[in-house]
Formats: sequence, structure tokens, C-alpha cells
Amino acid sequence: MTAEFLSRIQFGFVMSFHILFPAFTIGLASWLVFLEALWLRRRTDMLRDLYFFWLKVFAGSFGLGVVSGIVMSFQFGTNWAGLSTVAGNVLGPLLNYEVMTAFFLEATFLGVMLFGWNRVGHRTHFIATCMVALGTLISSFWILSANSWMQTPQGYTVVNGIIQASDWWAAIFNPSFPTRLVHMLLACFLSTALVIGGVSAWYLLRGIWQDKARLMLRCALVFVAIVIPLQIIVGDISGQVVREYQPAKLAAIEARWTTEHNVPLTLFAWPDDKAEKNDYAVDVPHLGSLILTHSWSGEVKGLKDFPVQDRPPVAAPFFSFRIMVGLGLLMLALSALGLLLWWRRRLFDSRWYLRCWMAMMPAGFIALLTGWYTAEIGRQPWVVYGVLRTIDAASAVPASSVLTSLIVYFVTYMTLFGFGSWYLLKVLRTGPDKAPARVGFGATAARPLAVVDDGGEE
Amino acid sequence: MELSTTLPVVWFFIIGFAIMMYVLLDGFVLGIGILTPFADDEAQQELMMNTAAPIWDGNETWLVMGGAGLMAAFPRAYATILSSLYLPILAMLIALIFRGVAFEFRFRAHTSRRIWGVAFHLGSVVAAFAQGLMLGAIVEGMPLEGGKYLHGTFAWFSPFSVLTGMALVFGYGLLGATWLVLKTEGRPQRIARDLTRPLMLAVIAFMLMVSAWLPFLDSRLMDRWFAWPNFLYLSPLPILTVVVAGWLWRAVLANREVAPFVLALGFFALGFLGLVAGMWPNIVPPTMSIWDAASPPSSQGFVLVGAVIMIPVVLFYTAYSYRVFRGKVRAGEGYH
Repeated sequence: MTAEFLSRIQFGFVMSFHILFPAFTIGLASWLVFLEALWLRRRTDMLRDLYFFWLKVFAGSFGLGVVSGIVMSFQFGTNWAGLSTVAGNVLGPLLNYEVMTAFFLEATFLGVMLFGWNRVGHRTHFIATCMVALGTLISSFWILSANSWMQTPQGYTVVNGIIQASDWWAAIFNPSFPTRLVHMLLACFLSTALVIGGVSAWYLLRGIWQDKARLMLRCALVFVAIVIPLQIIVGDISGQVVREYQPAKLAAIEARWTTEHNVPLTLFAWPDDKAEKNDYAVDVPHLGSLILTHSWSGEVKGLKDFPVQDRPPVAAPFFSFRIMVGLGLLMLALSALGLLLWWRRRLFDSRWYLRCWMAMMPAGFIALLTGWYTAEIGRQPWVVYGVLRTIDAASAVPASSVLTSLIVYFVTYMTLFGFGSWYLLKVLRTGPDKAPARVGFGATAARPLAVVDDGGEE
Repeated sequence: MELSTTLPVVWFFIIGFAIMMYVLLDGFVLGIGILTPFADDEAQQELMMNTAAPIWDGNETWLVMGGAGLMAAFPRAYATILSSLYLPILAMLIALIFRGVAFEFRFRAHTSRRIWGVAFHLGSVVAAFAQGLMLGAIVEGMPLEGGKYLHGTFAWFSPFSVLTGMALVFGYGLLGATWLVLKTEGRPQRIARDLTRPLMLAVIAFMLMVSAWLPFLDSRLMDRWFAWPNFLYLSPLPILTVVVAGWLWRAVLANREVAPFVLALGFFALGFLGLVAGMWPNIVPPTMSIWDAASPPSSQGFVLVGAVIMIPVVLFYTAYSYRVFRGKVRAGEGYH
């Protein structure tokens, strides 16, 4: 095993672990803004309890996101020195902007959000929540820009083998960036909404926290029902961008070997790289052309049009894409059914339907991960599409070092994941208990025991 | 002057500033972790952690700022230093992970509470030592050949780097102790106060050892420090260090609460400057200069615009959050 191969496994592993937490916190931060804004208007105990309940969940996943994110910011140097050297001129500034405009904002106001309830006014606390949410959104802006630039690089020149930025606007707003940003943000929101709905369904099934669970399930259902159709449309646009800029990736996703018109949609197949064909294919005639080109007989490029050394692997993007789309369709079904039951006034007592929500809890995250696998594996063999190959991007470190780090990360992350899930489960099991009353607002060293009641809020 | 000549100089100072902010701010948080075993019981340990709970995350972000800044402004240095220091960086990152999650996990845990207390302590010690080790290795010089570290996977391991590693553990310990004097009262403050004096003596001893060693390093540090008239320009640094050390000593003896922390920060900053001043104008001694490693003006200039606007903003709201959480931290107060 080469250092490059091990580094790829390591990157895939630490990234897959990391991405779950920012995805969840992006969604949760906005949910917390929603809850606190509603609470500021209505001042009901229920809303405040819900805010503090999800704040606990947020704190845990934010912490895991931060510590696993620091690993990412060093990994480009430790394992991908070639990438940093060749593309650092573009990627470095984008990541640095992310730190300066997002990370500090999130990290600093997180402190106020978690510990400031008794130290700042309600409005200030709400602003802190908003700042954290804003930070998560700005952060996704920059990181998606950097990643999209690696997919569809623009605004650069190559001088002596080193990439230099020539037009920052073009580099930041590269062709795949807008759709991929929206696609990712909606995915984060959907994943979070599915968890919120799933937890509510769990409470309803157990007959606890009824009022709170009903409110949350309604919110989650309405949100998913509105957003999932949008997400499917954005996904379709994203596919058009891939067709234009990364035709080999599209061919791999659809397992098309030859360039043809009247392309069928392959629902299932076993792609065979060596023989350059699909086994056991289940095809729907014309549907491929219709979806991919929006015309009955549009042309779709096949992999044989690309030299073998420029082709991505086929099976991984093919299957992961199908898992993502399948889950998306399930979400659509879930929300449609939910609206129907709501209309029939049976939303909260159809136990089978509540079980569906529970089963769908991880669906958003699985779709998100498989979507990223499709995008990243489909980009191979390039790390910067058409400019720098992954094999040339790796550091010249010995394979034994990378193997060591891979094992260490694996053991560490599994430990964290185990404990993290356990604590999360504890919080969820406890449920949206009564939030702490606001005592001692403005109490500092100078004014201890300045116990102030929540005056008029209850 | 050409942009490609001046921008790398500006960036050298910005990154130096970010790393120094990290060393000072996360330094005292890591210092708390280094000192937790001196607490009488678990409740005191928790109180010590709570003094930093609302602000540690922002402090640690300066490390990410240093890393991302280095990648943006000096991509070749970023690639070389990080891939050469592969294993110490791994150690530091894993240690920081355990240190960081301990803040959250310790509070949620019941039966495994003790584990996270230990993780907090060990994570802090290992992260501090690894950081000192890497700083020492960089100052000592990383001879390169074809963009690779010449002396192999373990070249960062030397008597000098081990010395700087240990020095940083004690240095962070000192910062942590003075922070606890500032933020606690009663018994925990007493413990921190009793630790301040031996820690100060140890840090002064380490500083003398490192200073005595510097001239014998196989790099150009010696020329830098002792060539005339450099010595004249640089002489305020050691003089100021001695003055601040004396002042700190008196403040500690006088049982002051605020002054020791502020002076310890100053003392630490001066020591840091003294260690890295000899590197100039190299970013990877002994041969890669800031101009060799610099990204083109199109990159450095682009990020500089953001840095000039955002760093003051960041400093402003950081100061705000410290203000919100000013005053003594008491038992039972704190966690959400």
C-alpha cells in the first residue's frame, strides 16, 4: 500500500466523520434561531424548553465538529503537500477567509450562547444565536467554494507548474459553486429536520412530551414537504452542471460506456470496469436522456470517449448516487404521506407512520455522505479537475507514518463516536425538560446573589 | 518597493501574530489542563475547567488561523513544515481532540467522568509538549532537499526540541496558574498561587537553558543574534524580558490578582519573540526564506484585504466575550 492510497483512505475517513457534525450544526443553528425568535415573540415555556433542549444537542455536535475540523485544516499540509504546493495559492486564501469570517464568529458567540443566558439580555442572547448560525452559513459558503473550485476550476493560470489566481471573482463563483452550495445547505437542513421529526415521533410513540413533540413534528413535516421538492430540482440542475463540466463523472454516475442518443436510465446494474459494460442491467428506455439532457433523445457521453487513465471508478459513484436519490425519493414520500395524514387528522396517532419517521432519522446523513462520495470519487483521478492528479498531490511521507496516523484516527474517532452517541442518546432520552429559570441576570462578582425572577415571562 | 517584496514581510508578521495569539490564549487553557491534577477534588477540577469553558473554542481558533494563514501566504512552507512534522502534528491533533471534547463530555458523563478529567489533563500536556517540540525543531532548522525534510521521519527529535517541548509545558502551566489566580477564589486560588512561584523559577531556568543553547545550533541564529549591529537592535528584547520577569516576581509575591496574569502574558510573548527573532528572514530555517515560500501578490494581497478588515473585528468581539464572562467563577455556576 502506498502513502498516497493510505492518505486517500484517511482523508475519506476523517472527512466522512467530520462532515456529519457541521451538517447537523448548520441545520440546528438555524433551527435554534427559529425557536429563540419564536420564544422572543410568544415567551412560552414550551419554546424556551425546546430551545435549551436542542442547544444541548447542538453543543455536543458542535464540539465534535470543531475538534475533527482542526484535523482537516492540517491534513492538507501533512498528507497533501503536493496539493498545497500546487493549488495553495487559491485554496489557502479561500480557507483563510473561512477562518476569519466564520470560525471566529461561531466559536466566540457559541460561548455567549451556551453560557451567557444569565449574563446578557434576551436580545443579545438572540443575537449571539444568530451570529453562530450566520457563522455556519458563511463557513459553508467558503468551504463549498473551495471544493467546487477543485471540481470546476476557473480564474487561474499555471506558472511553472504552480496554480496562480488570476480572477478571484471567477475562482470563488466557479461554475459548479452556486448549485452545489444550495444543494449542500438544503441537505444539511433536511438531515436536521429528519432528526427533529424522528425524535418527535419517538416521543409520540412513547407517549411523552406530547405537546412539544407535536409542535416539532409539524415543523419538521412542513419543512421537509417544502424543501425536498426544491432539493430534487436543485439536484437536477447540479446534474446539468456536471454534464457540462465533468462529463466523465456523469458517465460514471450513470454507468454509460458508449456515447449514445436515446439513452436509457439504468436503475440497477453491476458495472464491469475491465469489460467496459454493465451486467444485470435494469434499464428504462429514454428516461436517461430525458433526465440528463431534458430531451427525449439527447446525447450522453460514455466512458469509452475518455482515455483509461482519465476515467473515474464507476461502481462507487454509480451506487452511492443511487442510494442518495433513493433516499431523496423516500423523503418525498414521507412528507407527502404526512400531509395526507395531517389533512385526515391522523398525523399523530398513526403509529406505523411515526415509526417511518424514526426509521428515516439517519436518512439525511446517509444521503449527504453518499452524495459527497459521488462528487468526490467521480472527480477522480483528479484532485483539481483537469489540472492536478490525486497521485501527484500526496506528501512524500513514508507509508508507515500514514498507516500509523490512519490507525490512530480510526481508534480515536470510533471512541469519540461511541461516547458522543451515548451522551446524545442520554440527552434525547431525558427529553425537552424544564429549562433552567433565568436567575441572577447581570450577576457578576460585584453583584452576587442578585437573583432576579423571570418576571412576566411565564 | 515591489509588492512581492513587502507583502511576504507583512504576512510574516500577521502569521506570527496569529501564532502568538494562539500560544498566549490557548496557552493558559492548556495550562489549566496541565495543572488539574493539583486540585483537591473533582469539584475543583470542574471549576478550573469552567473558567475557560465559554472562551476556549475561540482561543483555539487562532491555531486554525495560523494554519490557514500559512497555507494562503506561504504554501510551500505550509506543505514542507506540516509534512516534515507529520508525527508530532498527529500527536498534537489527537491531544487537542481529547482536550476539546473533554469540555463537553465531562459534563454529560457520570460513570466515565474521571476518564474525561484524565483526557483533559493528558491532552493538554501532550499538546503543549508537541507544540514546544515543533517550535524547537523549526527554530533549530529543517534542512531540505528537493522539498523534503533531509533527515527523515524522526529528524524533529533532538535534545533541543525536547528541551523546548518541556519548556512550553511549564510555560503554559505558568499562564494557567496566573489565569486561575485571576478567575478563582478561596482554595483553588490558593492552589494556583502556590504553584506560580515554582513554575516561574522553572520557566526562567528553561529560558536560560534555551538562550544558552541557541548560539550552538546548526543554523544561522547565531549570526542573527550576535552580529553587530543586530545585537544592538535586538538587545531590548532580553533586557525587557528580565524587567518583566522581575516585575512578575514582585506581583506574585505581593499576591496581586490581575497583574501576574498580564505580566505572564507579556513575559511569554517576549520569550516567544526571542525564540523566533533569530529565524528572520527564513520561514523554514536554514534555507527557505519568506520570499521563497510566499504565494504571489494576487493571493497575499487578496487575503490581506480580508485580514485588515476582519482581524480587528475578531479582536473586538473576542474582547466583548471576555467582558461578558469577566469576574470570578464559582462552583455550580457555568455549564448549560
